[in-house]
Amino acid sequence: MSVTAKPITRVVDELSRLPGIGPKTAQRLTYFLLRAPAEQAEALAEAVLELKRNVVLCERCFNITDRTPCEICSNGEREASHICVVEEPLDVVAIERTGQYRGTYHVLHGAISPIEGIGPDELKIRELLGRLQSAQVEEIILATNPNLEGDATAMYLTRLLQPLGITVTRLARGLPVGGDLEYADEITLSNALAGRSQI
Amino acid sequence: MRGDIFAFIKPRKALTNSNSPRVYRTEGIVLKGYDFGEADRILTLYTPQLGKLRAIAKGVRRTKSRKAGHLDLFTRSNLLVARGRQLDIITQAETIESFAPMRIDLVRLSYAHYVAELVDAFTVEQMANYPVYATTVATLRRISTAEDPALSIRSFEVQLLGLMGYRPQLHRCLSCDTAIEPVSNRFSPKMGGVLCPLCASEDRAAGPISVQALKVLRNLQTNEAAILQLPELPLEVGQEVEARLQEYIEYRLEKGPRSVRFLDQLRTEGARP
Ligand SMILES: [Zn+2]
Ligand SMILES: [Zn+2]
Repeated sequence: MSVTAKPITRVVDELSRLPGIGPKTAQRLTYFLLRAPAEQAEALAEAVLELKRNVVLCERCFNITDRTPCEICSNGEREASHICVVEEPLDVVAIERTGQYRGTYHVLHGAISPIEGIGPDELKIRELLGRLQSAQVEEIILATNPNLEGDATAMYLTRLLQPLGITVTRLARGLPVGGDLEYADEITLSNALAGRSQI
Repeated sequence: MRGDIFAFIKPRKALTNSNSPRVYRTEGIVLKGYDFGEADRILTLYTPQLGKLRAIAKGVRRTKSRKAGHLDLFTRSNLLVARGRQLDIITQAETIESFAPMRIDLVRLSYAHYVAELVDAFTVEQMANYPVYATTVATLRRISTAEDPALSIRSFEVQLLGLMGYRPQLHRCLSCDTAIEPVSNRFSPKMGGVLCPLCASEDRAAGPISVQALKVLRNLQTNEAAILQLPELPLEVGQEVEARLQEYIEYRLEKGPRSVRFLDQLRTEGARP
């Protein structure tokens, strides 16, 4: 290993810190870049720098954007009376893909996880409450992840928001498309039962 | 911790040798987990025969995952695990117990976080301790249904301290060994128990402990079922017992459990949902 040139080790180290990339993949990518034309490597380096320089958080919804307020928040056709609360920016992308939602978002940047030391103060919760004071909000849709951290976050937000007289809803939870009933765990099944609808 | 994604890679310990099977079955409780790669999670589990165990659950963040619901935090499941080069891989999971009522109550849920954090903090990997497993299961069951989950937590703290070899000495003075009288004594986290008034100077950091609080602690120590008779406990005594145990736990762990902060926040923001 010590025979490897320093610049190579450095790129391998940096790449293997990325999610989903192990030391082997990092090595393969590094040698690919090494063989690629200089322009390609430069374009990548520049794109990464651009990412850090020109991307900010939207002052209203805290989504990642290149201008603030972001495109969704400043779009007059989106209903500011509806706020969909999500954990991460990628969740906004997922909901936008459905093309079904015409309201705005609020990105918490995480979920409550007491064991990891992540409480309400580490999330954009105070900022959400601030938005409620400056705008007429009718409904808040809690779209946190369907796991225990997401549930805890939703429960905590419900406690805060319900006394304010705002309708608080939660994404329906049920059986995933493409699965077999027999493999469903009891929590998913009982949620699906509780959320059943007339046909 | 999330940043350092390869921190888990360390050499295997003695448990694995060339003739151990490639796949094994165990039950376990999910103590904690963090996202890894595209859709995986690395879980820390506590098991009856293998103690604490880290394993990777592949694809559990996809909504179609069959395993995900069976591997959510604090779920007790039957597992089929394959030995991996660096981390074992959970290939199948089926819920035994999900402690469902605790999942819809923020306060109970926070207690579950605390229980899991303590088990994780006090134990080391691959060292079996069946009573720790049994106490953890019993406590999760109690906090999901008991009227006052806080009492089950106090009992759990005392049981766990005992099982880890830190059973506090509550009957004889740690310094002069005379029997403790029903007077104002001191509790020393550093020495691990009670000091009589004459020996109070042995640990100047030791705070006073009331006769009632000492009695409750002794009760919790000798008899797990004692918690059933505790609901009439006066509030101040309950708080004192909690504070003394907290000091002792903090001293042993050399840090305060993180989940306590959220519990305190819930309490100050107004008790129940
Ligand atoms: Zn915005
Ligand atoms: Zn003494």
